[in-house]
Formats: sequence, C-alpha cells, structure tokens
Amino acid sequence: MAVPKRKMSRSNTRSRRAQWKTAAVHLVACQNKACRQPKPQHIACPACGQYAGRQVVQPA
Amino acid sequence: MPTPTKGPRLGGSPAHERLMLANLATALFTHGRITTTEAKAKRLRPYAERLISKAKIGDLHNRREIMKVIRDKDVVHKLFAEIGPFFVDRPGGYTRITKTLARKGDNAPMAVIELVQQKTVTAEAEAARKTKFAKDEKKAETPAVAEDTKAEDTKAEDTDAAVVDQDAEAPESATKNASQDPAEGADEAAKVEDKKDES
Repeated sequence: MAVPKRKMSRSNTRSRRAQWKTAAVHLVACQNKACRQPKPQHIACPACGQYAGRQVVQPA
Repeated sequence: MPTPTKGPRLGGSPAHERLMLANLATALFTHGRITTTEAKAKRLRPYAERLISKAKIGDLHNRREIMKVIRDKDVVHKLFAEIGPFFVDRPGGYTRITKTLARKGDNAPMAVIELVQQKTVTAEAEAARKTKFAKDEKKAETPAVAEDTKAEDTKAEDTDAAVVDQDAEAPESATKNASQDPAEGADEAAKVEDKKDES
C-alpha cells in the first residue's frame, strides 16, 4: 500500500490550499423590462419566472 | 459497435435507464410540462418526440410500438387522441426545454421540458400577452406577489413614458447645453479680462 514518506509541511499544505478560489457567478439583467433583476445567463429568471418573453416558472 | 447515446447515461443499468425514460415520457404526456434535471430533459427530448411522431401516424402498429414504452393506456390514448392530432402541422420540435435555477439540495442544473402549446410564433406572442394579463389578475389576489403587478404596471407605462421621455430629454439636454454655454462664456470673459490686465 502506498504511504506518504515525509510529513507534509505546513507551508506546502497552505500553498496548495491557497489555490482553492471561488469565482463570482456571471449574472446578466433579466430581459423582462419590468423585472431587470440580475440572473444567471440562459436561465429562466428566478424573480419574474420569464425566459425570452415566456412565463416558464412561477416565481417563489 | 452500436452508436453510443447522445448525452449522459441515466440510472445504474440499461433497464433502469429504459424505465426512467419511459416514466419521464409518461409524466410529460400526462402533465404537458415537467421539471427535471437538465441531463434527463436532454435525454428525454428525442425519446418523447419519437413517440409523438409515432402517435401522429396513428395506426395499430405504432400504437403497439408505443405500448411497449408507455404502459399506461390512458396516456397512450391521450397521445393518439389529443397530442398527435395537435402536432399534425408541426414537422418535429414538439418539446421545449428551458433551463431554470439549479436544485437547492445538490446544485443540479434543472430544466422545464414542455410540449409546445402554440401553433405559430404570432399565436405564441398573443398567448404570452394573455398569460401576462392572467398573471396580473392572479397576483392582485395574492399580496405576496403584488410587487410584480406594480412592475407590470410600470412596464405598461414605460411605453408611454418612453415617448414622453424622448420629448422631455430634449429640453433637458438643451438646458444643460445652455447652462454650459454661459460657463464657457464666463471663462472667455475671464480670459478677456486677463488679457486686458496684461495689456
């Protein structure tokens, strides 16, 4: 069975973990002129429930 | 080698996948629109449309072919009596997939797959307008969603307001220019005074 030969230094651990970064979600304004809420692209608006002028879901 | 399926495999075994697709198709034809994961919706679309194409032909052989997949005879009857004849003049593209927000528990990308209800694009636009009005009526009853009705009202006014704005903006810009002009004139006047001082 493969086992670590050396202790992982705190520096190496922290250097590795420093690369765990989050990226902001890309948002666009809703196409519905009455809504204009920021929403993810290509997705029915969670605020008004419309997509491309169609009522797709009922907003919560 | 058989052609691999387009899109991801579902379930744990081929039998599970067949059952899942059959159940999804049954649910879609029963309700007209279902919310499911994006992967399932994408696998379901060609599957369901092939069934509708068979239903459009409408003979006994195709009915038996569909019965192999959909075990609910009521749904098969609905497919032949309502859904098939409805799509007579539509050459394919019977379903529509719209992506929605990811599921809360596991962040799975979700989608709404629905049978296309509209005959034409213009009919669709009119229907969209009607649904908006209907939505307004519903929201008048529920106070929680009243904000949206206000938004809709403002939208209706926007078209009128936009025309007014165009008229209104012109004077504003004119006044701005007018306000800038005196300032420039003042600067020039100041320069003139400076020159006078130098002379």
